[in-house]
Amino acid sequence: MPLISYRDALNQALREELRRDPNVFLMGEEVGVYQGAYKVSKGLLQEFGERRIIDTPITEEGFTGVGIGAAMVGLRPVIEMMTWNFSLLAMDQIINGAAKMRYMSGGQFKIPIVVRGPGGAAHQLAAQHSQSIESWYAHVPGLKVVAPSTPYDAKGLLKSAIRDDDPVIFFEGETLYGSKGEVPAEDYTIPIGVADIKREGTDVTLVAWSKMVSVAMKAAETLAAEGISCEIVDPRSLRPFDDAPILASVRKTNRCVIVEEGWPYVGLGAQIAYQIQQAAFSDLDAPVTRVTGADVPMPYAKNLEHMAMPSPTRVVAAVREVLYLD
Amino acid sequence: MASRVVMPKLSDTMEEGRILRWIKKEGDPVETGQALAEVETDKATVEMEAYTNGIVRKIVAAEGQFVKVGQQIAVIGTADEDISALLPGPAAAAPVESAPARPAPVADAAPRQVQAAPAEPMAAGRHLKASPLALRMAAESGVDLKSLRGTGPQGRIIKRDIEAALATDAPQAPSAGSAVAPQRSRALAMVAARDAAPESQEIELSPVRRTIAKRLVQSKGPIPHFYLTIDVAMDRVWDAYKALRDQKSSISINDIVIKATALALRQHPDINASFAGDHVKQFARVHIGMAVALDDGLITPVLRDADLKPLEEISEEARTLAERARARTLQPSEYSGATFSISNLGMMGIEQFSAIINPPEAAILAVGAVRQVPIAVDGQVTVGYRMKATLSVDHRVADGASGARFLQTLKRFLEHPLLMA
Repeated sequence: MPLISYRDALNQALREELRRDPNVFLMGEEVGVYQGAYKVSKGLLQEFGERRIIDTPITEEGFTGVGIGAAMVGLRPVIEMMTWNFSLLAMDQIINGAAKMRYMSGGQFKIPIVVRGPGGAAHQLAAQHSQSIESWYAHVPGLKVVAPSTPYDAKGLLKSAIRDDDPVIFFEGETLYGSKGEVPAEDYTIPIGVADIKREGTDVTLVAWSKMVSVAMKAAETLAAEGISCEIVDPRSLRPFDDAPILASVRKTNRCVIVEEGWPYVGLGAQIAYQIQQAAFSDLDAPVTRVTGADVPMPYAKNLEHMAMPSPTRVVAAVREVLYLD
Repeated sequence: MASRVVMPKLSDTMEEGRILRWIKKEGDPVETGQALAEVETDKATVEMEAYTNGIVRKIVAAEGQFVKVGQQIAVIGTADEDISALLPGPAAAAPVESAPARPAPVADAAPRQVQAAPAEPMAAGRHLKASPLALRMAAESGVDLKSLRGTGPQGRIIKRDIEAALATDAPQAPSAGSAVAPQRSRALAMVAARDAAPESQEIELSPVRRTIAKRLVQSKGPIPHFYLTIDVAMDRVWDAYKALRDQKSSISINDIVIKATALALRQHPDINASFAGDHVKQFARVHIGMAVALDDGLITPVLRDADLKPLEEISEEARTLAERARARTLQPSEYSGATFSISNLGMMGIEQFSAIINPPEAAILAVGAVRQVPIAVDGQVTVGYRMKATLSVDHRVADGASGARFLQTLKRFLEHPLLMA
């Protein structure tokens, strides 16, 4: 299998879906001539032209609304947010429009829209540009939310998202674009709502998605050297949420650490911890623990930014805690 | 007017008392100052007096029950008045009346000596913390959480504590042993007969014993050790050992000590025991743990039913177990389940030492070297073989006098080896 970047895997998915279905189009700031702020749409304008690769002004609420309208009349728009931080301007469209239209129209309208873009902190982009807000969207009934951690998952999930008849919020990890992995050149999809075991283990379950999978992986390697075996479960889809593999894993290990880039309070990890204790209470030997981003606006200073993010060191400490090793 | 009778505080340190006997029964008239019941406290058994005149209308604490100071035990009133308001409600009565029945340990069907299950002081006195998983494992395996000490945060009982308890309590497979010689058949038949009998017997803790257990842990924990040393004349053992060696027998002094210890334990079941939180477990069989030094530690393979085995068999089994221990080929069942341990450093020239008890056993014997020393007999200095043996005892289980009596028996066996035959 070819080894390609996360960025190129997304590009492949877009290109293949644009080719497969003439109703698919891409719209957003700098997606055309500039070929995407993160070069995800590289070469698409040349192949598909201005009618399907549409550069917009800086008007998130406007072009998202246009996308929802287009979806209502049968097109399959992919809306690129230059970063998810800018989607705050389009939240009324996404939550009050896209998420509820099918319900409020009694099923007369489907909204096959994908809103995608990079989320989370990158390198010193400061408080307004470093937010992991997937839990905000995962909160809303009517939306599907996915957050792939590998190039393979990114391609397969984006294709599923484009083919889905409901609005899909597609979180890409801002620092994942350059990461590489094996991706089949041919067409394949990964169903939305199916978790994946990223590493098998016996002593503790780590739940992590998007960028945090690699943080968990690094922690697992450190712990493996101490003889501690971590199982890493990547839900991939945050809504709908596939808890079965997580519960099965917790029933095996009796301990769980959730690794989440977002803020702790009312975060997704809290929901996951609830689901684990609800379904697997008598399998727990220790309270479910979370490693999250610090409960502060992201600092600009490099050292403080580093301290505010979940790190392998913090995951290792949390694992030792749930194993009662310290 | 009717009034409640509560458990009085009969000594400064008394926290609870046991009603040994009701001197007055329901319906009996009683006057102030008359003895109402016999109560066993942490210090003594005393008669508890009535503080009011009337008729004993209701007794709410049964004989044999432990009752906390201040808790109701009876109602005294006039013959026909309504006392329902003075009777303990279901909640109030809980610690006294509905003492949680101790679940019978799975592998242990020994009949209890207790008539009414006493209130569990552990249950009443502290909040039991356990992880959800530990609670489930305990329910499934029959492990009594109250008998465990949690190793999680704030004493929380967690999975590894249950696993450790299960490993200790696992029923032991009878030792496979080596080839069975005909002369062993009688002993083995006794073993088989004993297999059918309960593995152990539970002796209820007396209030005095409870207090000792609690106090001593506070002073030295978790096992409050005390040590007793005895000097044993080993001349006869030494002669026997030399004679056996001349006949190419491989029986060692240590084998003889093991045998003597096992026989002594038979006669002193209070030393062949284990402290189990709210009761003492006395073992019906004698399984001797034999400390074997490894390069990086120590392991105690177990000689099962050592009291029943002839010396040659003990010798052969001890040698095999020690070799296998050093080769690290022992199965867990071969190094668990001892009821008492012996640690012998005599071969390394140690004259005397104190060994640390190997939980959950209640005692361990530290054996020193047999050495030739000058001794005074009838005013004359002569030369003889002597060996010092030090017994470490869990003070929660037994006291100095019990340990001393055990050592006297051991000494008698070693000084008169024919008694072992």
